[in-house]
Formats: sequence, structure tokens, C-alpha cells
Amino acid sequence: MSTVNTSRYQKQILLPELGEAGQRRLSEARVLVVGVGGLGCPALLYLVAAGVGCIGIADFDVVELSNLHRQILYQAGDVGKPKVDVAAECLLRLNPDLRVIVFREAIGTENALEIFSGFDIVVDGSDNFPTRYLANDACVLLDKPLVYGSVYRFEGQVGIFNVMENGVKTSYRDLFPEPPDPWEVADCNEAGVIGVVPGIIGAMQANEVIKIITGAGKPLYNRLLTYHALNNSLHELDILPHPDASLHAPKTAEAFQNMDYDWFCQSASDAFSHLSAAEFDAFRSAESPLMLDVRNLDEMPRVTEFEHLHIPLSELGRNLHRIEKSRPVVIFCQTGVRSITAANMIAGRLGHPRVYNLKGGIVQWKTNQ
Amino acid sequence: MKVTILAFGRLVDLLPQQEWEVTDLETVGSVRRQMEEQFPALKNMRYRIAVDKQLVTDDTPLREGSVVALLPPFSGG
Repeated sequence: MSTVNTSRYQKQILLPELGEAGQRRLSEARVLVVGVGGLGCPALLYLVAAGVGCIGIADFDVVELSNLHRQILYQAGDVGKPKVDVAAECLLRLNPDLRVIVFREAIGTENALEIFSGFDIVVDGSDNFPTRYLANDACVLLDKPLVYGSVYRFEGQVGIFNVMENGVKTSYRDLFPEPPDPWEVADCNEAGVIGVVPGIIGAMQANEVIKIITGAGKPLYNRLLTYHALNNSLHELDILPHPDASLHAPKTAEAFQNMDYDWFCQSASDAFSHLSAAEFDAFRSAESPLMLDVRNLDEMPRVTEFEHLHIPLSELGRNLHRIEKSRPVVIFCQTGVRSITAANMIAGRLGHPRVYNLKGGIVQWKTNQ
Repeated sequence: MKVTILAFGRLVDLLPQQEWEVTDLETVGSVRRQMEEQFPALKNMRYRIAVDKQLVTDDTPLREGSVVALLPPFSGG
């Protein structure tokens, strides 16, 4: 049972569109923010300041120095620390009356449905297409609003998916039924961005969440708002149902759990390279890469010939933060099939620049020894 | 008749805002094909087209003065 702290929120309760009823609704709402980066940080600050009663934060990553110019929950002394822990601490200092639940893991097919079920609204603060499609599909299956936001250089997009209005309910797939190829798109790390842009878009996302919860104003249901920070242009576009939207979308929870979003979003394997068994040995001596075994823990044959990290594919999403991005990584499995899925995940979701797959897997390699 | 082309994101590098001449029976799809002929790099890019603030599909007809927006997906966050 939450109590409404009137003196903290007194200035917003004065607004006729909000009032005590709106404040109570905020205090009873449960909002999950996926990704605590450029968008997630400002969105969270405003949601917590406004008094959203229960906040979920999901991110597997740690704070890096180059995050600080735009990820405004983090300070210099936080570099190296898990983002969700730093964020939770900071947000609870801002507003100790709220409940903050942290998920220090990547959102994937194995955990999304369970995690999302605990919340009323999901905010997409992610920075890659696999997660965006995955979060969208999970929200469609669970019938939850998804407050979408994204940025590119000085531009941003905001919208709300999966809410019925005037008989129409569109999802991210009605906007973009198919993901682009990997070389087409740059995220903030490659394209560049300045903090105010995700700051503005993230705050707009928080605004949309508040409008949904309180019923105030006109939320962006079935609409996309575009913003350009350099020329201040704003466009609102109507999204209509797209005939291809459901082509690749999972129709059931089982189908969702079997989806491979990393593969779906990266059907061209330009994101990583392959090494034959012989090339692998040469590469190992020359480059000292991180070796990663994605087989189940009890699979034979055991690999004792070289040191390696062993993370079963089903747990990789939760453990992406253990893969250093500063060293090349070579991934192997039994015969070179599962390792491709892992390579896509590490190149795509983690954004690792030097990913290699061992062709033929460890079975082929052992034969070569 | 003329329509205005408005590009977003990376497409702006390829296709700055401009007016485009179309005949009366043009659809979004036929204008898209003409643009791709003049700017072949467009063929490899994924984007949606909005006409007068509505995201549409290729068979949508165009009118004099329509604003045709080319919207690529952004993933940054």
C-alpha cells in the first residue's frame, strides 16, 4: 500500500491534469526501463522524480568513461561499476519512497516474458535492434504498452506501441517490419551523439509514460514523433498497420522463446569472421584472444588444451558483461552451429568489434590436432 | 506536379530536402523506384515512407504538394 507524499509532489499535484488522483496512479504504477544508457538515464530520473511507485531497471553492462557525456546517472567514480547498481543507488537517493528492482542481465528470450510480466509499462532504452524487436514482441504477447525511443546523431524518434486507440493497435513491426542489415545502421558508439539529444528523447519517453499512467494529454499511441535538435523540427507521423508486420513475429510464448533475434537481425555474417581449425591455432598464438566455449557444462570432449571461458549459450545473455570488448574473442561449440548464434549475440547485442567463430567446432579442431 | 522529399537520419546525406517532379498518376512505389535510380545507394537501405504525415505502403497515390518523408530506423540509445 503506497502513500502519496504530498509535500514532495505538491507542485505537480497542483496541475489540474494530474491532481491527487493522478499522483496516486503514478505511485501505483510499475514501469520497467530496458537499457540504462543515453535514453534510460534521463527517462528514469524523471519517472522517479515524478513518483512512479515501482521502477525496474535492466542492463547487463558496466559504466565506461565514454558513457559519461550522455548517461547522466553516472559519475566519474562509477567507471567500471555495474550500471544497474549505480543507477538504483542514485535514483533511491533522489526518491527513497519508491521501489527499485534491478536486473543485471541482458533481456533475452529466456527472461523477457517473466521480467516484463511484473510491470505495467516497458520503456525501450536499448541501443540495438535485436533487443528492440525482442522487447516489442514480448510486449505484444503480454499486451503491455511499449514506450519506444531512439536516437541517431542529432535526431530522435519517440512513440508508444501496443496500445489500442480508435480500433488501431500498432507495434514496432508495423513501423519497421524487417530490421536493417548490420552495415546499414550505426549506434551511438559509431555514429556519434551529444548528450542533449538522448536527454530530450528520454525525457519525452518519461513524459509519454506519465501521460499513459495519469490519462493526461495525448499520448503517442500509433504515432511516431521525430525530432531534429539542429533545426528544431518536430514531425508527428501516423503509423498504420503494415501487412508484413506479423510475418516474422512470434505468435506464442513458445515461439518467442525459440526466436533467435540476433540471427534475425544479422542475417549477413559481416559482423564476425570465421576461423578454420588451423587458422585458430595461429590466431591463438598471435593474438591471445579470449576463448569462449558455449556448450553445456557437461558436454564432451572437455577442452584442456587452452584456457577458456565457459558459458552455455542459454546463459550467455545474462553474462555478456563477462566478455571483454578490448580483446578479440573466439567462440566455439561442438560443431560450429551454436557458436554462430553466440557470435551474432556478442557482435550485435554487446557490440564487440572483433568476434570470431571456430568453423567445425571443437570436434573438427580436435581431429586436426 | 511537384512533391517535397524530406529525408531523416543517414538518408539526409544521400538525399537532402528537395522538390521532386512527378506525373499525375504516380504512387509512392514509382517515386521510390525513380529515387533509387538516381541515388542507387538507396536500394540497399531500409526505410519507411510517410506521405503527408502518414506512414504508407508503396501503392499509395501522391498529390500535388505532398510531403514525402523517408524514415530509416534508428537504434541508438
